[in-house]
Amino acid sequence: MARLSALLAAFLALLAVSTAVGGEGRKAMSVQVKQGQVRATPSFLGKIVATLSYGDRVEALEDKNGWMKIVPPGNKAPGWMHASALTEKKIVFKAGSKEAETGASGGELALAGKGFNADVEAEFKSKHKDIDFTWIDRMEEIKAPPGKISAFLREGQLTPVQGGGK
Amino acid sequence: MKKPQGATALALLLLAITGWPACATLDQAAKLGTSMAQSRGLVTEDQTKSIVRSASAVAKTFEDITPEQEYYIGRSVGAVIVNKYKPYPNAEANDYLNLLGQTLAQASDRPETFGGYHFLILDSEEINAFAAPGGLVFVSRGMLRCCKSEDAAAAVLAHEIGHVQLRHGLQAIDKSRLTQALTTLAAEGAKTFGGKDLADLTKAFEGSIGDITSTMINNGYSRSFERQADADAVKILSRVGYDPNALIAMLEEMEKNLKAGGPDFAKTHPTPKSRIDDIESLNVRGAAFSVVSARQGRFRKALGNI
Repeated sequence: MARLSALLAAFLALLAVSTAVGGEGRKAMSVQVKQGQVRATPSFLGKIVATLSYGDRVEALEDKNGWMKIVPPGNKAPGWMHASALTEKKIVFKAGSKEAETGASGGELALAGKGFNADVEAEFKSKHKDIDFTWIDRMEEIKAPPGKISAFLREGQLTPVQGGGK
Repeated sequence: MKKPQGATALALLLLAITGWPACATLDQAAKLGTSMAQSRGLVTEDQTKSIVRSASAVAKTFEDITPEQEYYIGRSVGAVIVNKYKPYPNAEANDYLNLLGQTLAQASDRPETFGGYHFLILDSEEINAFAAPGGLVFVSRGMLRCCKSEDAAAAVLAHEIGHVQLRHGLQAIDKSRLTQALTTLAAEGAKTFGGKDLADLTKAFEGSIGDITSTMINNGYSRSFERQADADAVKILSRVGYDPNALIAMLEEMEKNLKAGGPDFAKTHPTPKSRIDDIESLNVRGAAFSVVSARQGRFRKALGNI
């Protein structure tokens, strides 16, 4: 009997813990950009502590001026991502999975790689051989590193935006 | 008993839906919420059915285009623009424009897009600038010549960033085309695409690219879209510490250079004068526009001979 109640108590404790984790203030979100940087502070000038990929699931802990404090997959150390890089939708990669079938109409799933995608672009290119994508690919490679941006702001007597928007 | 208003029933229903734990699907929540409302006599059975139906039906609008799809649309729109206008392959000028533009984008309400913000100068005398969906921004040499300071160049880029974050390009896509494409997607969403689906989607894609490029190149956005982009530009400029009056200075310079009936900004944009009037109604015209020497030095070095 004592053994049973101990087991019951342990079960209840476990239940309480899982409720707290899944409870108020925490929500699961997905990275909705190709590459999402996790920063040490809620600012684009904050040190990059991790880089996440499209569709990665994170746990959002708090929202501060448009920045979300998140726990990266694998329960790694928390960091900050801008809210515009995240969505509440679950991004599903595998077509035909059970989840996609039941949830797609609910609008809470985004099917990665579906719709206008790389295949459609390839098809478009093959139909329009005169349209050259070289400069588009080249453009996408131009990225100003955070160090250059902070120097640019400093030298130009400009204000680093802490919130990065709303 | 007094019969509750429809709005109250809806509010209760929404509360029931939003209060549901994230692990349940919206469908389940809608069913539960409506059955609760129904059991309390708030809605009829017919209304219940219709609410559940509309909760499952996805609204087919530009808002349903995912950032990933927006990215692919933007790449092709960009490719069409670069092929029409040709790039200006000066690395120093383009690097400077990207440093300036990416700094401004970080201060916008939508700093992160699927593929990020990237900027390219077009080798054209026309006074023009374009923002492809997702953040590919193109500015002509003619446009940059209307900018007499870094603050003015920042104003041009901030206006284009405004178009990106407000998703104005996507809104140019014909509604029926979008409905069709997104319906095919919803029906086929869970399956892999067959050859016919790919062909249908590519047709919708081509049409969408055509809608956006012809709006940007030939017809222009509505005055209200331009006003919204100008208002966003003023917000972004102020956040970074640029003088928002530079937008007015740039428009005044543009007015001097635009040729009536020309194939450029004059055709696709409201007159600079009317935009200045709109911006002034935002009350930004305060202190006289001042030039910071450090900014002026690097601006001249990168874009002085544009």
